[in-house]
Amino acid sequence: MADTSDVKKGFKMLIDGVPFAVVGHQFVKPGKGQAFVRTRLKNMMTGAVIDRTFKSGEKLEKADTEERTMQYLYAEGDSRVFMDARSYEQISLSNEQLGENVYYLLDGTEVDIMLFEGRPIGVTPPTFVELVVTETEPGFKGDSSGNTTKPATCETGLKVNVPLFVNTGDKLKVDTRTGDYVERVKG
Amino acid sequence: MAEPADPAVLQILALRAAVLGAVRRFFEARDFVEVETPAIVPSPGLDVHLEAFEVRTPRGKPAGWLATSPEYQMKRLLSAGAERIFQLCRSYRGEEHGQHHEREFTMLEWYRADATSDDVIRDTEELVAFLAEAIDQPAPELQPPWQRLTVEEALQFHANVEIDPLVRDEESFFRVWAEDVQPRLGTERPVVVTDWPSSMASLARLKPNGMADRFEAFFRGVELCNGFGELTDAAEQRRRFANDQAQRQAAGAPVYPIDERFLEDLERGMPESGGNALGVDRLLMLLVGADSIQAVMPFPEERL
Repeated sequence: MADTSDVKKGFKMLIDGVPFAVVGHQFVKPGKGQAFVRTRLKNMMTGAVIDRTFKSGEKLEKADTEERTMQYLYAEGDSRVFMDARSYEQISLSNEQLGENVYYLLDGTEVDIMLFEGRPIGVTPPTFVELVVTETEPGFKGDSSGNTTKPATCETGLKVNVPLFVNTGDKLKVDTRTGDYVERVKG
Repeated sequence: MAEPADPAVLQILALRAAVLGAVRRFFEARDFVEVETPAIVPSPGLDVHLEAFEVRTPRGKPAGWLATSPEYQMKRLLSAGAERIFQLCRSYRGEEHGQHHEREFTMLEWYRADATSDDVIRDTEELVAFLAEAIDQPAPELQPPWQRLTVEEALQFHANVEIDPLVRDEESFFRVWAEDVQPRLGTERPVVVTDWPSSMASLARLKPNGMADRFEAFFRGVELCNGFGELTDAAEQRRRFANDQAQRQAAGAPVYPIDERFLEDLERGMPESGGNALGVDRLLMLLVGADSIQAVMPFPEERL
């Protein structure tokens, strides 16, 4: 059993059966009183952030979580299949679980999958991915509307705002944390 | 001369030396005598939430504890006739670690005989303003007098709760204090919080209004010091010690012995006095705007 002295950034604990990751913490001991550990916790299932104060020394239940790097293989119905390149073990996540991240998956993309009690609960794609534009209006030469960007659709279905010079068939670098266009890449 | 290998550490050393020197000048100018008391003591203090390091002899016999503060021995010096004393020393507390806590830290304690807590609050205000100027960080917000709040007012103002019945459940009291009150204390200027509940009197006497003659100063949400109009009634002090021991026992905490020589000296007579204990590392941190005490220590535990 863990206790509050184990609390540090990234420590994962179970509260009412739900895994939470510590994103911030502070030891406080008011005057001559009881000591507490104030924490900011991220619900690993929903991403919601909460504040929780524990008595110093209070027992905490460590969450059984594990992060594994896996390769994206293919789509199967409403799910996506990933494989651990070392053990060849395969895991399937629904498109719903993946959320926006489905747009960053290309054959062989390596992602970090968070497992809670052996079940996948979240995916972290690479910070940047390169995607080919499959559809965008041509150049807009002499555009007088004042727009400096235009919408584009990428091979994975991701919709992104791009500069006017981007054409269908161009390859783009996209920031997966924001979903924003970064630059056009050669090749 | 060669470039220093670690300029950050040299900066810390220079800051600490300047402040420690200025503390001595401040108190010497006010006719205080610098004293030294032992680090290994027969009783480390009985406050229920205090955890002390036990000391053993090289052959394994119990030898006492590392002092959590030099309070008992400094008060014995008052009983012996000393009138104005100060001490800069290391104090040791176990199981305390965070931005504002180290197991080993520098304490400044001073006592004035024939004085009240008001006199010591005034010392505190003047000292902090003086130290800021001594290290060329004069801060108008530190100039005396500081704002005063009672515990009752602080609870109403910052947490919108009444002291009674909250105070009857000590854990709830400290939870509210830690979450809602303390972070909001002294955001712009230091504030002195007075009139603590009698159940938290520790070694303070009681005021005619029934509250403890105890104060704490806060700046930017950090507790800077804890001072008392000192309890001089030996019988009352013994009752409180016995009560602390019972509470420690009930909480499953180690029950430290009562310092009988301290009580004997109290019985022999200690003048009405004011005293204060101030965390030097926290003060340094606040004076230079650092965000942790570790940033102003050459060897915090994590770099040891």
